[in-house]
Amino acid sequence: MDRIAELQSIASQVRRDIVRQVHACQSGHPGGSLGCADFLTALYFEVMDHDPAFQMKGKNEDVFFLSNGHISPVWYSVLARAGYFPIDELKTFRQLNTRLQGHPTTHEGLPGIRVASGSLGQGISVAIGMALAKKMDGDPKNIFVLTGDGELQEGQVWEALMFAAHNKVDNLIVTVDVNGRQIDGDTDKVLSLGSLEAKFSAFGWEVIHMQGNDMQKVVAGLQQAKSQTGKDKPVVILMATEMGYPVDFMVGSHKWHGVAPNDEQLASALAQLPETLGDY
Amino acid sequence: MFNNFEVKGKKATRDGFGDGLFEVGQNNDQVVALTADLLGSLKMNKFADTYPDRFFQTGIAEANMMGIAAGLATAGKIPFTGTFANFSTGRVYDQIRQSIAYSHKNVKICASHAGLTLGEDGATHQILEDLGLMKMLPGMTVINPCDYNQTKAATMAIAEHYGPVYLRFGRPSWPIFMPENEFVIGKGILMKSGSDVTIVATGHLVYTAMEAAKELESEGISVELINIHTIKPLDEEIILDSVSKTGCLVSCEEHQRHGGLGDSIAQLLCRMHPSPMEYVAVNDSFGESGEPEALLIKYGLGKENIVAAAKKAIQRS
Repeated sequence: MDRIAELQSIASQVRRDIVRQVHACQSGHPGGSLGCADFLTALYFEVMDHDPAFQMKGKNEDVFFLSNGHISPVWYSVLARAGYFPIDELKTFRQLNTRLQGHPTTHEGLPGIRVASGSLGQGISVAIGMALAKKMDGDPKNIFVLTGDGELQEGQVWEALMFAAHNKVDNLIVTVDVNGRQIDGDTDKVLSLGSLEAKFSAFGWEVIHMQGNDMQKVVAGLQQAKSQTGKDKPVVILMATEMGYPVDFMVGSHKWHGVAPNDEQLASALAQLPETLGDY
Repeated sequence: MFNNFEVKGKKATRDGFGDGLFEVGQNNDQVVALTADLLGSLKMNKFADTYPDRFFQTGIAEANMMGIAAGLATAGKIPFTGTFANFSTGRVYDQIRQSIAYSHKNVKICASHAGLTLGEDGATHQILEDLGLMKMLPGMTVINPCDYNQTKAATMAIAEHYGPVYLRFGRPSWPIFMPENEFVIGKGILMKSGSDVTIVATGHLVYTAMEAAKELESEGISVELINIHTIKPLDEEIILDSVSKTGCLVSCEEHQRHGGLGDSIAQLLCRMHPSPMEYVAVNDSFGESGEPEALLIKYGLGKENIVAAAKKAIQRS
């Protein structure tokens, strides 16, 4: 099996984990999680140099922050499958006394999480702080952060974008999950984002476009982004995804942003997602 | 009467912060500092000029500053953020709550121009709710020193303490009476023993309370005065020991009655030693422009207000 096929196979299992987590507790956010499964799989299994033994300070390793914390099911699955904590713990998602809180936190000490997220718009700022610390310490590794597109409506994001360009934070790769949807509907209807390419360019960022539900293109896009680091400009990947991809009844609607499938829908979704690494 | 606390000149508490920050920077190369376009007002120039690689100017973007501080702390740095108290708390409450407090980040939120004594800029900037906002956050240490020396010592002490801290100080030049280099987080200071009434004061009002105590003593009323620089965790022992002796208490703070030091003490007394208590604090009101001392008097935080409150507390006990 070639490497891309291996990664696709992991992503398929991650997607099974996502719908099963959300189904088991009848809450959570499957849509954005499914759409970002290829990206997070590529990041943790191919692109980032990271250590599942986990140290909070992230010295001499690449570090990832999830700013849109509501897509925690995909991150939890990828972290577990990458060896950060027992895969079986995915059963506890959103249950009382779990380390897998509805939105990611450091509070219960879950390995892989460095800051709480859920209240939107804060992740890029935190990532900048860690990127600055890496520069101060002469650590050549990079900081990755994922944000939603609806999340860009938060003002703090634009404060962070200005700061990163002004201060040449060029060890930072922001990926925007451009799925065009948010809780209340399409981003174009709720509050139009306009041209993200023009906006990021005007803010002084290096802009890369990437198809986010094609593993080959995700890996190539992330490698391209890495090659653009260290050139005095922060890097943004505008990643086109489909919320809910590839589950047929979830794709193409904002309605699966934060709704759990019932038993029948779970069976239908799982039938479309091959079990590759064994269910937990 | 206050032999160990003689007034030796005047300086602003924010100068104590600036000088303390510079010394902390000398002692520990992991200390970094950030400001949101208030470098001079926070007296951070000396640190910024000496350690330009450890200083970050975020522009007028406080939310981003708090997030960056959280990220720096994640990597093991010890960030000190500096802006006005209003912009250090209310403006960025959610950033502090999620990225700093809930995430257990070792960030020192340093806030100047708190309270009425900010003066002429008026109510938009005179935050009187910040102690309450910050003390409600789980795990947050809240400190409100009273003079230049105590602010400088507190700045140095919080660098050695692991965990999020809110350090509140102010703008005006204010009498200096505390010893240098003495600060233990969470430990109140007995400034004067007495038997008729306990006065507990924090921040600028410690000096005002000393003046009130002198007047009360001249009228034959014996005052025990406690300087509470750490609002949270509160030194419960020093307060209960004192009230067990005097039987009544007056709290003094440059803050709203709701949610400040007085409320913390009232909770303590309710649980452990119910006693008559009077508040010297702002009574559910915004401030306004004016000179600091005139504002304190208009809003009921003057020496005479403390004297009257003490007499009332004694009468009720």
